[in-house]
Amino acid sequence: MTIRTETFSYLPPFTEEEVRKQVEYILRNQWIPVIEYVNRPGPDVHYWRLWKLPLFTARNPEEVMAELAACRDANPDCYIRLVGYDPSSQLPRLSLVVYRPTGRG
Amino acid sequence: MPNRAYEPGVKLYSQLGYYEPGYRPADTDVLCCFRVTPQPGVPPEEAAAAVAAESSTGTWTVVWSDLLTDLERYRARCYRLEEVPGQENQYFAYVAYPLDLFEEGSLPNLTSSIVGNVFGFKAVRAFRLEEMRIPPVYAKTFQGPPHGIQVERDKLNKYGRPLLGCTIKPKLGLSAKNYGRMVYEALAGGLDFTKDDENINSQPFMRWRDRFLFVMEAVKKAEAETGEAKGHYLNVTAPTMEEIYERAEFARELGARIIMVDFLTVGFAAHASLSRWCRKNGVLLHLHRAMHAVIDRQKNHGIHWRVLAKWARLVGGDHVHNGTVVGKLEADRLSTIGVNDLLRENFIPANLTRGIFFDQDWASLPGMFPVASGGIHVWHMADLVTIFGDDAVLQFGGGTLGHPWGNRAGATANRVALEVMVQARNEGRNIIAESRQILEAATRWSPELRAAMDTWREVRFEFEAVDTLDTARAGD
Repeated sequence: MTIRTETFSYLPPFTEEEVRKQVEYILRNQWIPVIEYVNRPGPDVHYWRLWKLPLFTARNPEEVMAELAACRDANPDCYIRLVGYDPSSQLPRLSLVVYRPTGRG
Repeated sequence: MPNRAYEPGVKLYSQLGYYEPGYRPADTDVLCCFRVTPQPGVPPEEAAAAVAAESSTGTWTVVWSDLLTDLERYRARCYRLEEVPGQENQYFAYVAYPLDLFEEGSLPNLTSSIVGNVFGFKAVRAFRLEEMRIPPVYAKTFQGPPHGIQVERDKLNKYGRPLLGCTIKPKLGLSAKNYGRMVYEALAGGLDFTKDDENINSQPFMRWRDRFLFVMEAVKKAEAETGEAKGHYLNVTAPTMEEIYERAEFARELGARIIMVDFLTVGFAAHASLSRWCRKNGVLLHLHRAMHAVIDRQKNHGIHWRVLAKWARLVGGDHVHNGTVVGKLEADRLSTIGVNDLLRENFIPANLTRGIFFDQDWASLPGMFPVASGGIHVWHMADLVTIFGDDAVLQFGGGTLGHPWGNRAGATANRVALEVMVQARNEGRNIIAESRQILEAATRWSPELRAAMDTWREVRFEFEAVDTLDTARAGD
């Protein structure tokens, strides 16, 4: 079974370069990058655990990429998603799974 | 005001104060723009004044009881009249209605007044309500969408892309168990929603209760397989309000996230009741719009779709069908974009190139997802993502079910095509110009998309729209 939650879940796993381009999209739109992780996602699991606080001051894609790597190192058995949050609409404007635990779909 | 004598008889409406070019509409007035085609020999001012009169306080003759009240306060006024560019003997008549004429929160009352008798009036040959400005003070007396775009996205956890749907076909004749199979395959293949067709209610070949049970099993199974929230628009359209509630309640008991109703054919009051039920019960509401083309398609008579769409938002639904521009159904491109704005945004400035005649401030009434549906397939994806943006539902019926390998593969092809287009857009690529390369690149790892592209390569629907905009207007 493959977890198909979030956008881009029907595409092959993104390369680091592809993830960076989505980070750039989030920053270009002045949305707030947010990193979240969870061990067991599901259709009604709305809250994933926050990695630190939302990255309010991130301006450089490398900062976000470094936090994603740190989150992955600390939580190798979790799904990790990157969110672009827009406070003006109180909505994430993008959400994608950037890391899946080895051996799980 | 000095007392006046009762002078019985018939007077010109324009002499009774219903045509008042200098009038400045109040912020609280309901404003309408009508397209008037007067009968030969009828001056446009008189036709426009007649419209204002007959849709507010006037009748064909003076009556003594006119003197018992202050009609100045209740009279509608035509405050502006102009020729429709490029059309002979057609006029845009702008009419302002005082707010006191309407019951709070009642679409039946608003429509009985404004689109009532006047449409059959002999002095006009044809008559169309083009646009209506609903003042914020009046909008605030309506509930609006039960949930709206933001809450729906949060409930479903779907962010950053348009949602995908599919109407189950054949629209009539499947048994409940076969129907559920189609739902399961499409949802498990990657769609967010499947949909009952509007004429699926409760027929001998598939009674509603059986359909609801098999469909919800299918939805739950697809959710378990994918880890994604899924929905099937269970059509609760029924002969009576009691039966509408019975079906809606059963859907809720089965855990349905969304139901649907055909908002024009059930009637405005029934729609309003169900919209309130949906907010109270936490069930999303999809609006189908059968009968709209009877009302809105002809340029010179009826009600423009943008007005019906505004009424749909006022009374409330979380989704409503809009044109697709590129598919099999009628829709002018800029007009469709204008309606998308009217459905989704909180404040929409007047923009005649998009057919929006008045500023519209919704005063925080939630926004709705426009639904694009009818004759669309994977080759249209770049256009659809560009025209509709993220806050829309793209419904591929034949474009899912007609896939050569069946609807699970068809669903996957659509989801892949959508996601590669969104990825490319986010990366800053020109997806219209590069549409083919983007799709072709994905076929290297998606055989489902390859097969879909080969099947629908040549299908286009290029007919001129009947209901086009007359926008090159003088004086603006």
